[in-house]
Amino acid sequence: MRPLAAQALAELRMTARRGDSVLLNLAIPLGLLVFFSTVQVLPVSHPVQFLTPGVIALAVMSTAMVSTGIATGFERQYGVLKRLGTTPLGRGRLLAAKVAAMLAVEVVQVAVLAGAGLALGWRPGGSEALGLPAVVLATAAFAGLGLLMAGSLRAEVTLAAANALYLALLLLGGMVVPLSKFPSGLRDFARALPAGALSDALHGSLTAGAAVPGQAWIVLAAWAAAAPLLAAWTFRWE
Amino acid sequence: MSTAVEVSGLVVRYGERTAVDGAGFSVSAGEVVALLGRNGAGKTSTVETLEGYRRRAAGSVSVLGLDPGRRADHAQLRRRIGVMLQRGGVYPSMGPREALRLFASYYDDPLSPADLLRRLDLEGVAGTPWRRLSGGEQQRLSLALALVGRPEVVFLDEPTAGVDPAGRLAIREEIRSLRSGGVCVLLTTHELDEAERVADRILIIDRGRIVADGSPAELASASATAEEIRFSAPTGLDTAALGEALGAPVREERPGEYAVAAAGTPSRVALLTAWLAERNLAIGDLRTGSRLEDVFMRLTGDGGG
Repeated sequence: MRPLAAQALAELRMTARRGDSVLLNLAIPLGLLVFFSTVQVLPVSHPVQFLTPGVIALAVMSTAMVSTGIATGFERQYGVLKRLGTTPLGRGRLLAAKVAAMLAVEVVQVAVLAGAGLALGWRPGGSEALGLPAVVLATAAFAGLGLLMAGSLRAEVTLAAANALYLALLLLGGMVVPLSKFPSGLRDFARALPAGALSDALHGSLTAGAAVPGQAWIVLAAWAAAAPLLAAWTFRWE
Repeated sequence: MSTAVEVSGLVVRYGERTAVDGAGFSVSAGEVVALLGRNGAGKTSTVETLEGYRRRAAGSVSVLGLDPGRRADHAQLRRRIGVMLQRGGVYPSMGPREALRLFASYYDDPLSPADLLRRLDLEGVAGTPWRRLSGGEQQRLSLALALVGRPEVVFLDEPTAGVDPAGRLAIREEIRSLRSGGVCVLLTTHELDEAERVADRILIIDRGRIVADGSPAELASASATAEEIRFSAPTGLDTAALGEALGAPVREERPGEYAVAAAGTPSRVALLTAWLAERNLAIGDLRTGSRLEDVFMRLTGDGGG
């Protein structure tokens, strides 16, 4: 237990030290939430009701996919992963430490964003408990995508690709712009992606009178299984 | 002494290219062995096979009686070996203290990070991130990280590359104390002087094969090169006159550096110094016998080796 705890704490310290990850994980979701809740430009009647679950989905994506992918990519490039391969830590505990650190960051993100949402007038309702499995499945799916890039591309390419994917999924993920405003073909495509499925699941579970569509669970579960498997299969440690 | 590392008939290939081509040697506990070779001779591939990073195409290797190529054996080995990679291996944002504490947490009975920081003269930069350390500081931290788990076998890949003279002294001192603690140390280097200084035994590797194996003195004396006397003195000595006095040809190989093609017997050395003294000429370096450098150049020379 001691190596695992020490490694998880080290991962957390390094995440907190990286300015870009603090910006991406906290400042951008918070900024979007505050801006679009205050400035009425989104095509929804109660922006904060729609935005709070949306930016929580965005925050989960940024932590699990972008932060983890970029950090791991550079750890691979700097030979850190190689070096850890000849310590007793082992790959299993390294991965477990990364997961623990991701979940800890997400707890902080949800607390900050939900707190800000409440302050801006968000009124959650519905079956909030279902948000938890949605976040866990999405974390697995996004971390799988991040590690898929980190384990096969050069670190700089991972950096660019993860950020590009983040921007694309921010727009296509129903996080800031509702999927209901999309043309039907694009909407179906967006709902098959983990981002769209997560925001459907969070909107469904955190909004009074709404429900999580069955398709969202299926899509999330499929990505949560496939992405980590593919990452494990293709990952190169050096 | 018990055998800690045993390699026989090792072959490592990268696609079509053969990096290690039938290397064989063994290293005992408490012994410091340098794997000496030019760049691309197969040093790192050999060591990385022992560390468990590379798959071998043929041959057998054993570290502490375990096979680093087998997953279950490697899991046991990771607790008992210390590794210093040729480059990197540390989180760029971590300073020496934090990195040492983290690595110490991986082991059941680690050395004290504070002691290691002091021994390797890293206290002044204990909080400086890795990416801002000098090359020598990075190497010393890598060595400290290799030692923190009290390893029984230590693999050091080019430990003194890019290290300043003071840092080299600290690293050599650690290697000496490993030897006296009964630890087996296998290091690679392409620097002859370094190998001669730190190692009990030198393995010369060329094109993936071990071409010589012995103590620095054994290797030098086994050389077929004729014995000679080398010395430095002011440039432009009358080599013909000196040669006559010594009864052997003398040549000025580089300005101010001379070689006498004869064995360095005490009487001949006395003649040489007397000849210089009569002319009131200063003498610098003076050494006799054949040199390891000659052995190395002959064994690993270009064009047929």
